[in-house]
Amino acid sequence: MLPKKVKKRASLLAIFLSISAISIFLILNALNKNILYFKSPSDIRSNQNIDFDKKIRVGGMVKKNTLKINNQEIRFIITDFKNEIRVSFQGTVPNLFAEGKGVVAEGKLQDKKFFIADRILAKHDENYMPPELKNLMRENAK
Amino acid sequence: MFNVFYNSNIFAWIEKIISFINSIFFVLLIIGLSFALILSPPDYLQGDSVRIMYVHVPAAWIGLASFTCIAFLSISYFIFKIKNLILIIKSILPIGLMFTCIAIVTGSIWGQPTWGTFWAWDARITSMVILVLFYILLIASQKLILDEDKANKISSIIAVVGLINIPIIKYSVEWWNTLHQPASIKITGTSTIHSSMLMPLLLMFLVLILYCALIFLMKYKTEIIRIKKKNLKRL
Repeated sequence: MLPKKVKKRASLLAIFLSISAISIFLILNALNKNILYFKSPSDIRSNQNIDFDKKIRVGGMVKKNTLKINNQEIRFIITDFKNEIRVSFQGTVPNLFAEGKGVVAEGKLQDKKFFIADRILAKHDENYMPPELKNLMRENAK
Repeated sequence: MFNVFYNSNIFAWIEKIISFINSIFFVLLIIGLSFALILSPPDYLQGDSVRIMYVHVPAAWIGLASFTCIAFLSISYFIFKIKNLILIIKSILPIGLMFTCIAIVTGSIWGQPTWGTFWAWDARITSMVILVLFYILLIASQKLILDEDKANKISSIIAVVGLINIPIIKYSVEWWNTLHQPASIKITGTSTIHSSMLMPLLLMFLVLILYCALIFLMKYKTEIIRIKKKNLKRL
């Protein structure tokens, strides 16, 4: 049997822990939209009041066969496989930026379907493998 | 069972363990580093920059694990008032702070070639910065509050609040959109990292854990000496 004092301290700590956990949960819940580092095209589509003057980030996959690079600008489509957004960008892109890979674009929305980016970040996935294996997989897929 | 903690034999034990770790540490470090930096394959997408992972990921794990340990030890201290736990907590603190900082710095260096930016205020990175702040708060409360009982009480409460941050760090990449990629190594289910890269990663983790144990034991010894110098017979 534990002494009464020990029990008292344990219950005090349990109450303290649960109250702070609940309050942090509530704070995070309230901040939920602001914690998102980027919005998906679907978020933008469903959002009614968008501030077109504010800088936002849009993220998703670069849609395959939509990346067009000429000497002035880079154009591509960001997709989350439900909705799409056209992006125009002038400048340099990170090495990992490619078709079919994750991307986060920072800039301003022109309308709900067109986005002018002034910074492109590459978002890579959690898959790591040696190049030989990737080639093997590609050949098997053919 | 806990006699070993109250015994002056503990010095002999610590010395034995330290010399044992010293004897194998450098061999393992060289093996681990040569696997991580030379023998393991580059990534199909990132090329050689993936090698930062072999320090970044173990460092982050150790940073999180240290804080979890500290929090649970603090809870037990707060409830059972075992003074020895405070010495253990004090010895883990600098390790945790150092490895969390290493994880953030290496992550930042890794971010530049892969993401295209050194820094992003996404949920994972911000919560890691908060973890560093908690470590600093804990160390400051131990150093700056002169009344020992008060310092221990306050720091255990800080540790308990900080414990809530740990699952937030862990699941931040799943709950919110982040620039940081989700975890590759899953406790349940298959890992999305190839075994030829997983092996060096786990080896480096083992090496860094040994390093932590070394630092921990040295620091723990110093803390005990400090107690003995004050002529306190028992912990």
